[in-house]
Amino acid sequence: MVRVDGGGDGALIRVREVDKVYVRGGEAIHVLQNLNLDVERGEFVAFMGPSGSGKTTLLNLLGGLDVPTEGSITVAGDEITAMSGRILAEWRARHVGFIFQMFNLIPVLTAFQNVELPLLLTRLSKRERREHVETALDLVGLADRMDHYPRQLSGGQEQRTAIARAIVADPTFLLCDEPTGDLDRHSAGEVLGLVDRLVHEHGKTVLMVTHDPRAAETAHVVLHLEKGVLVEAGR
Amino acid sequence: MKHLPLLWANLKRRKARTLLTLGSFAVALFLFGVLAAIQIAFNQGIEVAGVDRLVVRNRTSLIQPLPFAYRQRILQIPGVREVTFATWFGGVYQEERNFFPQFAIDTPTWREVYPEFVVPPEQWEAFVKDREGCVVGEGTARKYGFKVGDRVPIMGTVWSGLWEFTVHGIYTGKRQEDDVSQFWFHYSYLDERRPFWKGLVGWYVAKVADPDRAVLVARAIDERFANSPYETSAETEKAFAAGFVKQVGDIQTLILSIGAVVFFTLLLVTGNTMAMSVKERTGEIAILKSIGFSDVTVLGLVLAEGLLVATIGGGLGVAGAKAFTLRGDPTGGMLPLFYFPPLDMVKGMLLALGIGTASAIWPAVYAMRLRVVDALRRA
Ligand SMILES: Nc1ncnc2c1ncn2[C@@H]1O[C@H](COP(=O)(O)OP(=O)(O)OP(=O)(O)O)[C@@H](O)[C@H]1O
Ligand SMILES: [Mg+2]
Repeated sequence: MVRVDGGGDGALIRVREVDKVYVRGGEAIHVLQNLNLDVERGEFVAFMGPSGSGKTTLLNLLGGLDVPTEGSITVAGDEITAMSGRILAEWRARHVGFIFQMFNLIPVLTAFQNVELPLLLTRLSKRERREHVETALDLVGLADRMDHYPRQLSGGQEQRTAIARAIVADPTFLLCDEPTGDLDRHSAGEVLGLVDRLVHEHGKTVLMVTHDPRAAETAHVVLHLEKGVLVEAGR
Repeated sequence: MKHLPLLWANLKRRKARTLLTLGSFAVALFLFGVLAAIQIAFNQGIEVAGVDRLVVRNRTSLIQPLPFAYRQRILQIPGVREVTFATWFGGVYQEERNFFPQFAIDTPTWREVYPEFVVPPEQWEAFVKDREGCVVGEGTARKYGFKVGDRVPIMGTVWSGLWEFTVHGIYTGKRQEDDVSQFWFHYSYLDERRPFWKGLVGWYVAKVADPDRAVLVARAIDERFANSPYETSAETEKAFAAGFVKQVGDIQTLILSIGAVVFFTLLLVTGNTMAMSVKERTGEIAILKSIGFSDVTVLGLVLAEGLLVATIGGGLGVAGAKAFTLRGDPTGGMLPLFYFPPLDMVKGMLLALGIGTASAIWPAVYAMRLRVVDALRRA
């Protein structure tokens, strides 16, 4: 279930009356206004909306990269809007997998090393880390590209590596900000197919911002961001 | 340690830049090592100077002589146990650059006043018996291959002509720092052969009975010869050695200022490099943070990078300086004791690490404060 009316108390992700105001040059920009959202485990939600409507802002709030001006966000019982600093970083390491449109990979690290990064924050041994990384790369179909550097990968492969990194530590949910925005049709199709499999075969919870109607179609629910609130667009 | 691959990867990102930074550290630390060795060489005299010895020289200047007759008169001053004297010969062995100090010494009293110099008794006896005999420090002997029985020709400079000596003894020092570069021969021989300054000696060295009263004795000596044609200036050997180093030039200050300039430049260069390299990585730092690397971890990573560069570059420099000093005095005699002691090596490394930290601190704070949302928006 996904709700935008503030109901649904048992949801995995609960956003309550969130405001986000940016002040720029003495002028206040109300990007999000009294926004509510409930997402249950295993859901696949797509966010759409015109440029500048606040989609990235919302995703950053959900991932604990930014804090709302008003309101609260609770994930799996933890109120992340009450956390800060190191605690929030730790929470992010455990619960969130990010996939951005670009600048996902560290260019001087191999695909393997990039995917291993989140595991460096865990207590896993070197061998366990290797196993996890191999599993994740296998899942995204890049087991044979482990030792390649990002510049030796295609755009689609880079994005799939980013997905492997996002899931390697088995986070509670994935946040994708236009993951196919920079890709050609074919690569985009591959990436979307992968996300779809993560949801349906591995039970992942995914929240994805996209401009691409075809991408949105693969989601269970499409939400439009309009004038600072979310509106359900139906299936 | 888990993060080492990341640190390495960052250093390899721009190999030329990393090599230049490493090189700057290496050069600075090499210089540090050599300067430390030079300073030790200059201060060596002060370190080993006896507290129970007074150097009595002509008040006008060190190069003005004193009358031979002063020996008896100094001996009569209460608190003085023994008096010896020496004269600077300043000759040249083969080439000008072969420098070692030659002293015409008062043979009967010399060893009593300088017990730290050891000469085997039979060698000393042979020396005493030969008018043209000499004793050489083991350092100089090793350097020029002088052996007992060798004839050593020295070209006079103050007193011209060729002076030939026979080596009868090699002296050693009791301590590692003792000066083993000197060349001694009989004052009697010098005075007999030289055409001028007959009956004059370069300086006296008085051994006092009680080191605590050394300064009082020194004053008594100077008072004794006040208002005479040859006024004296007596001071403890330590003070004399320190004053001598000062005369050579304020080496300490010179070395400090050179060092300060070099290290300040190093700080600017590496600080700028670190800042550039971290700025370039803004997007990547944001990625690390989005993954869950805490602000403090990111701070630590940047500092660790600075420390890694400092350790490698500084280590190379210190090792290079050590290797250089192990090859011995590069000036051919001006710095008889030329070495880079372990304590100074440690100090050098600490200095390098300090600069590594200082150069990385601002970039590290920048990386720590960087907000993911701003960085991604900018990227
Ligand atoms: N740090 C900031 N300071 C000031 N204004 C900001 C800041 N971040 C975002 N904004 C503004 O907030 C609004 C929403 O930005 P956001 O990036 O969330 O939009 P978006 O829906 O993701 O757009 P796009 O589809 O172009 O990515 C924009 O008007 C933007 O200019
Ligand atoms: Mg956006």
